[in-house]
Amino acid sequence: MAPLKRYSPLPGFSLAMGYTLVYLTLVVLIPLTAVGAKTMTLGWEAFWAAVGNPRVVASYQLSFGASLAAAAINVVFGMVFAWVLVRYRFPGKGLVDALVDLPFALPTAVAGIALATIYAENGPVGGVLRSFDIQIAYTPNGVLLALVFIGLPFVVRTVQPVLADLEKEVEEAAAALGASRGQTFIRVILPHIAPALLTGFAMAFARAVGEYGSVIFIAGNVPMVSEIAPLMIITKLEQYDYAGATAVASVMLIISFLLLLLINALQGRMQQRQTSEA
Amino acid sequence: MSASIALIPGNRQAYEAPSTREPIWVKGGLIAIALTFFAIFLLLPLATVFSEALRKGWGAYAAALIEDDAWSAIRLTVLAAAVAVPLNLVFGVAASWAIAKFEFAGKRVLITLIDLPFSVSPVISGLIYVLMFGAQGWFGPWLHAHDIKIVFALPGIVLATVFVTFPFVARELIPLMEAQGSEEEEAAVVLGASAWQMFRYTTLPSIKWGLLYGVILCNARAMGEFGAVSVVSGHIRGQTNTMPLHVEILYNEYNYAAAFAVASLLALLAIVTLGLKTLVERQTRRQTHEKSTLTGE
Repeated sequence: MAPLKRYSPLPGFSLAMGYTLVYLTLVVLIPLTAVGAKTMTLGWEAFWAAVGNPRVVASYQLSFGASLAAAAINVVFGMVFAWVLVRYRFPGKGLVDALVDLPFALPTAVAGIALATIYAENGPVGGVLRSFDIQIAYTPNGVLLALVFIGLPFVVRTVQPVLADLEKEVEEAAAALGASRGQTFIRVILPHIAPALLTGFAMAFARAVGEYGSVIFIAGNVPMVSEIAPLMIITKLEQYDYAGATAVASVMLIISFLLLLLINALQGRMQQRQTSEA
Repeated sequence: MSASIALIPGNRQAYEAPSTREPIWVKGGLIAIALTFFAIFLLLPLATVFSEALRKGWGAYAAALIEDDAWSAIRLTVLAAAVAVPLNLVFGVAASWAIAKFEFAGKRVLITLIDLPFSVSPVISGLIYVLMFGAQGWFGPWLHAHDIKIVFALPGIVLATVFVTFPFVARELIPLMEAQGSEEEEAAVVLGASAWQMFRYTTLPSIKWGLLYGVILCNARAMGEFGAVSVVSGHIRGQTNTMPLHVEILYNEYNYAAAFAVASLLALLAIVTLGLKTLVERQTRRQTHEKSTLTGE
């Protein structure tokens, strides 16, 4: 059997490791097991009563559906952003590069009220869209829009370094062998950045499912129409229904965990295929 | 360069141009899409925060910020960050030292566990503390008997903030310290440096920019956290409202100018964070560049 720890002349391993494990257990692991433990005490009937409620089911559909759609939109626009930032020079590029991370840095409540104001019927964009009979704020469209905002940096920042590392020679070789620019992109560049795109997709999706602050202001929170799953947890907590809130939360945790596992497996396969081809 | 260019001397531009570059309309179109998306999705929300905040003029803006409830929200936010950031800073340094400088079984699992708070919904991050310390929670009866309040009080807000900002410093430092290796530290130890001297004079100078960046991100999230804090705060005005929660209350009362005034402070914090980030990235790039030219790599 391999030793648990390889020898190193450096000091401080026991201290650093011990502190890490104690702090991790106290701050993260024990509190998270509280959700599992509370769910266990519920019993099936109480669990189904909370989770099978039509309003809760509708919120799951909206949360997971809008998150998948938002992550897909982010993949397209995130790739455009990454491509433009790596390959082209244009005025304002430095500003764009710095502000791509704005959705990370801007507190979600601030983003939420700003988006709600912009896309409300009397807002600058909402007003224009209303004349085309498109309503964004206080509908599921608003939820989707907020989730696109929050997820954009994940795709840009995972694809950008991979695209920057891609060697120009490979594209030159493809071109020299007679590939058109479009063929080179689809058959040479895209396979290379696909794992990064998938990672970005997964991260944007995971963030979107749990997102609360930036969504609730623009969503309007109409029961059965524009209520997201995290809001259902808050609603149940406000009614002191701790058991119901925990049940809703545990289903969210399990579904996102399974989806991330699936994406991880897909990614592993993609990388495997790439290395075997190379 | 590729051999094909050498085959056609003097004709390099004509040969290369159509093959590895996009037609001008594709390039222009992509830049236009990116800039439009950027303007509508990123610039417009930022501009809206400031224009709405100043809609009623500077007088109303200042009044909204020095009002008692706003002021106590600002103090509470700073206090929560002042506790949470140092705690996670110490943890981040300890965790990255153990993970980046040593080889041991279960390392991947440990990194996954450290990242866990990022993949949990903020609302659930608050819920777990209610389940532990709330009236019906594990320690609820005991806390009630001893008259200690955690949920709907300051300790709960601090705990939720610590949880959501838990991975930031560690996450910045682990890849940085892994990339730097441990040769310099080993040399210091062999030359007789004490553990503290080794850390102070070899490790700290090379990780300082990454450390600063981690602290900046950690602080930005600590001050801006909404969902988790919302669950544990109880929304008692003037007592357990942080700045983001105060923004929510003002907005729901249709007091938009005041809501955006407080929000503008948080937006400023975000801009400063992004500015410092750009600066730190430039510094790290210079540092690694200097290092690679020194060692001739």
